[in-house]
Amino acid sequence: MIANKLSPEQIIEKFKAMLGKAVLAGEIIRRAEGRKQAANVQIWLTLDKAALKAAVRLLCSLHYPHLAVISGYDAGEAVVLVYHFYIYYGEWRGEYNVSLRISLAKTDLSVDTISDLIPGAVVSEREKQEFLGVRVKDIPDARRIFLPEDFPEGVFPWRQDETGIPESMVKKLYEAGKNEGEKRRAASVDSKSTRQE
Amino acid sequence: MATSETKTHSPIKTVIGPIHPALKEPIKFIFEIEGEKISKVDLAPGHNHRGLEWMATRRNPVQILYVAERICGICSIAHSLTFCRAIEQAAAIETPARADYVRTIFAELERIHSHLLWAGVAALELGFDTLFYKTWEVREDVMDLLEYLSGNRVNYGIMQIGGVRRDITPAQHPRIRKSLLNYTILFDELVNMFLEDSVLRMRCRDTGLLTREEALQLCTVGPTQRASGVAADVRQDNPYCAYGDLRVKAVTPDQLLDEVRGDVFDRIIVRLLEVKQSVDIIAQCLETLPDGPLLAIPKIMVLLNHLKKAEGEGIGRHEAPRGEVFHYLRLTADRESPAAWKVKASTYSNLLSWIKMLQGEQVADIPIIVASVDPCISCTDRVAVIKQGKTAVYTQEDLRRISREKTRRLRQG
Repeated sequence: MIANKLSPEQIIEKFKAMLGKAVLAGEIIRRAEGRKQAANVQIWLTLDKAALKAAVRLLCSLHYPHLAVISGYDAGEAVVLVYHFYIYYGEWRGEYNVSLRISLAKTDLSVDTISDLIPGAVVSEREKQEFLGVRVKDIPDARRIFLPEDFPEGVFPWRQDETGIPESMVKKLYEAGKNEGEKRRAASVDSKSTRQE
Repeated sequence: MATSETKTHSPIKTVIGPIHPALKEPIKFIFEIEGEKISKVDLAPGHNHRGLEWMATRRNPVQILYVAERICGICSIAHSLTFCRAIEQAAAIETPARADYVRTIFAELERIHSHLLWAGVAALELGFDTLFYKTWEVREDVMDLLEYLSGNRVNYGIMQIGGVRRDITPAQHPRIRKSLLNYTILFDELVNMFLEDSVLRMRCRDTGLLTREEALQLCTVGPTQRASGVAADVRQDNPYCAYGDLRVKAVTPDQLLDEVRGDVFDRIIVRLLEVKQSVDIIAQCLETLPDGPLLAIPKIMVLLNHLKKAEGEGIGRHEAPRGEVFHYLRLTADRESPAAWKVKASTYSNLLSWIKMLQGEQVADIPIIVASVDPCISCTDRVAVIKQGKTAVYTQEDLRRISREKTRRLRQG
């Protein structure tokens, strides 16, 4: 059994007490499946980006968190990152899913690394750098990870603005040979009609 | 080393990969080798990144379901199930209880087939050919069963947003029970073949070590994590589908041998025990299969319209055979396609654990250590040895030969 386990409400209270105004929003979602006997807990917190590191440190003090992945999306004026953590894993229906959402204005796309607290985060941080164009400060390994070496600089696949994938890079394979087929069909129709004459 | 006509200067840089057909991310390993010992490891994934997340933002959710199913050939249930769960949360769709049970049965059948496939690959890498043929012969039974239930050996086409596309009828139960009985009988035999063989034990005991602390810090998942003594399993910690009604317990190696070492041998134990666990789960699901509809929204056009208007975000998770698969999905009302989709496959989380496992080990142990994480199949398609400025290419066959020679040496004492 995990000692001193807090309820989801207490966790949000704790975040608010520790981080004050940096906690912009907090929500608890409970979802049940199967015969719907009991629900699982998801905690969603929206934070000021300056408070990210303190928030992760707080999670570490509750229970060493497992980072699933950092997901992110382009929200127009900002790039939003969502850090998906789990705490209290290892026992029956004990786990809480804690998602920390931070928003990075496109004028300053930098964020602190959390890989000093959770070394495994570096894979996901490297991915966010190359796919969303964010800059992770003090990242121990800033190389590209999934994009090929010859991928152009300054193009970020998950961005929806002018830095996203340009139309010229999209290989429309389904269009290959499309017109030729139509031409051939037209030609065969012609030859048939000439034979009939 | 197999090609030592010239004197070697250590450390030698050895590159493995990147060509690998089965992974989402084919991987390149860069080793620095001193004599037989690996002194430094680096890895570079992503040589065949297909940009599925980008593609998804240009398709409607039902179309994405088919993309998700094809992320991995072995885990085709895992990704389609996880995607469905993410979008169901985002669009507030409640799946019927019967669909949750059918999903669970298919997910567990997939686990049996994946773990047996892995066990065969592990035996092949070590040079136990009879064992390899035996495990793959045994695996055919579950493949036939999957084909019987879904019509396909891979890409089952079972999942649909809000439920499942096919039922498991009472007439099909006897055929499923027959396979379950078959695997119950075979289990002891498999345990005996894998765990009682002294040479196999010598090759796998204390090879590719990963401590509990490292497993936690590097965010590993699945059997890789559990073999290091972290008793985490999504089916237990955050039970979904029918698992909430079944009380699944995470499998750790100490349940069989009273100790956890975090080596390749422990990873074999965990996977074998999980085959037995899956058989039990399917049997329980068949007994308690609830009645009711299979889909929350049966008509595809109605479903698409509902999803088009939906706004929200969702998380989908599933304990796939290789560990947790995670999808994040975001729907906005102004567009039909999702605004964001992030797929995290199990091996994504286990990438960094290879570095810890491989450091200090021998070249002959590379194939089994790399395979012990179960990165779909073996990652070692091609090895290039850079020696005094010249590059020689090691094929997978060469590496496997080195591994097999080591087993033979041990066998002959």
